[in-house]
Amino acid sequence: MGQINHHLSDQLLIGYAAGALPEAFNLVVATHISLCDECRARLGSFETVGGCLLDSGPAASVASDALVNTLKLIAEGPKEPPKVSRNRAGNVFPTPLHDYAGSDLSAVRWRPMGGGVRQARLATSGAATARLLYIPGGTHIPDHGHRGTEMTLVLQGAFRDETDRFGRGDIEIADQQMQHTPVAEPGAACICLAATDAPLKFNSLIPRIAQPFLRI
Amino acid sequence: MRGRPKPGAYDTTMTQTIPDTDWAAHLQRVHTHRDQNAFAALFAHFAPRVKGFLIRSGASEPLAEECTQEVMATVWHKAHLFDGSRAGVSTWIFTIARNKRIDALRKQRRPEPEEVTWGPEEEPDQTDVLALQQDTRKLAIALAQLPEKQRILIERAYFADLSHSEIAEETGLPLGTIKSRIRLALERLRHAMQ
Ligand SMILES: [Zn+2]
Repeated sequence: MGQINHHLSDQLLIGYAAGALPEAFNLVVATHISLCDECRARLGSFETVGGCLLDSGPAASVASDALVNTLKLIAEGPKEPPKVSRNRAGNVFPTPLHDYAGSDLSAVRWRPMGGGVRQARLATSGAATARLLYIPGGTHIPDHGHRGTEMTLVLQGAFRDETDRFGRGDIEIADQQMQHTPVAEPGAACICLAATDAPLKFNSLIPRIAQPFLRI
Repeated sequence: MRGRPKPGAYDTTMTQTIPDTDWAAHLQRVHTHRDQNAFAALFAHFAPRVKGFLIRSGASEPLAEECTQEVMATVWHKAHLFDGSRAGVSTWIFTIARNKRIDALRKQRRPEPEEVTWGPEEEPDQTDVLALQQDTRKLAIALAQLPEKQRILIERAYFADLSHSEIAEETGLPLGTIKSRIRLALERLRHAMQ
């Protein structure tokens, strides 16, 4: 695995630690953390802040029979089956993606977006949306402005925009001010996981007309 | 079968015999001895806090009560997974409450990071456990010492289900002020941890 240079923001890590993010964002955060030890450690710190806030935070009195009821609940045995998240070495998809996109790339059902670019929308609840993008080497991703926050995590290949280069594990976080024109590096196709909390607004005419049909 | 308490074995008078602060030892006793008194002590401390967290996250009182009991039952069932070299007890319980928040309140699936392989299962290193406890204590003190304006915004970022722009509407503060206060607060915490 190469060096990761672009990481999650404090805001997103706090949101993930607290369980306050929309599902699509949680998916991108969990996928990045699967690839990035640094953000995994930072998440640990933010969870510790959460633990301290829980410990010092206001308490709400529980029902008088709460403990008795909980012991009854315990006697019924665990409800959640234990999760096993093993992954095949070298898989482009870290395990959080498996529930959404299949166990690896070959399972993805791509839809063409024009110019060789393909996407696959992933089912998440809430206002934010997640999708996989397939961008052939040397190809532009359509130029777009944002209404909300957009996160783009590289899973394979690399892209460049006005600011920098983004390779596997790197995450770009764009807000509404940003106008950018990412281009996939020549060579292998660039595959990204993207999440956005508002519909994208494309600047060039064709993608904008296509947008409702493509369910971006 | 794991985790089946004997009815009637719970005795409130026993909770005083274990020092209140060493929650890791309590959890250990829940794990190794199915110790209901140790669990009762954990429950007395954490259940009201978990319920407070869930109410502040937007749960109604009855839902918060129900979820709190489920969270505490999970604490029992997962006690064997607690690793004091990776997280303190309050942090660990916070993550269980957080997961409940996502499952029951937000009704979302919960993508989790790939597990790190830690090698063959072995006892956590006591030096790591102590270092982590010290760090957690330092952090708690630093949090308590934050200027009130900063601390409130940090708490909101954790407990309220609000984006920054919604916090801005609620507090009447410009977005830039909120962001910089949260950033300042985090810088103070980092500085305190050095
Ligand atoms: Zn990172």
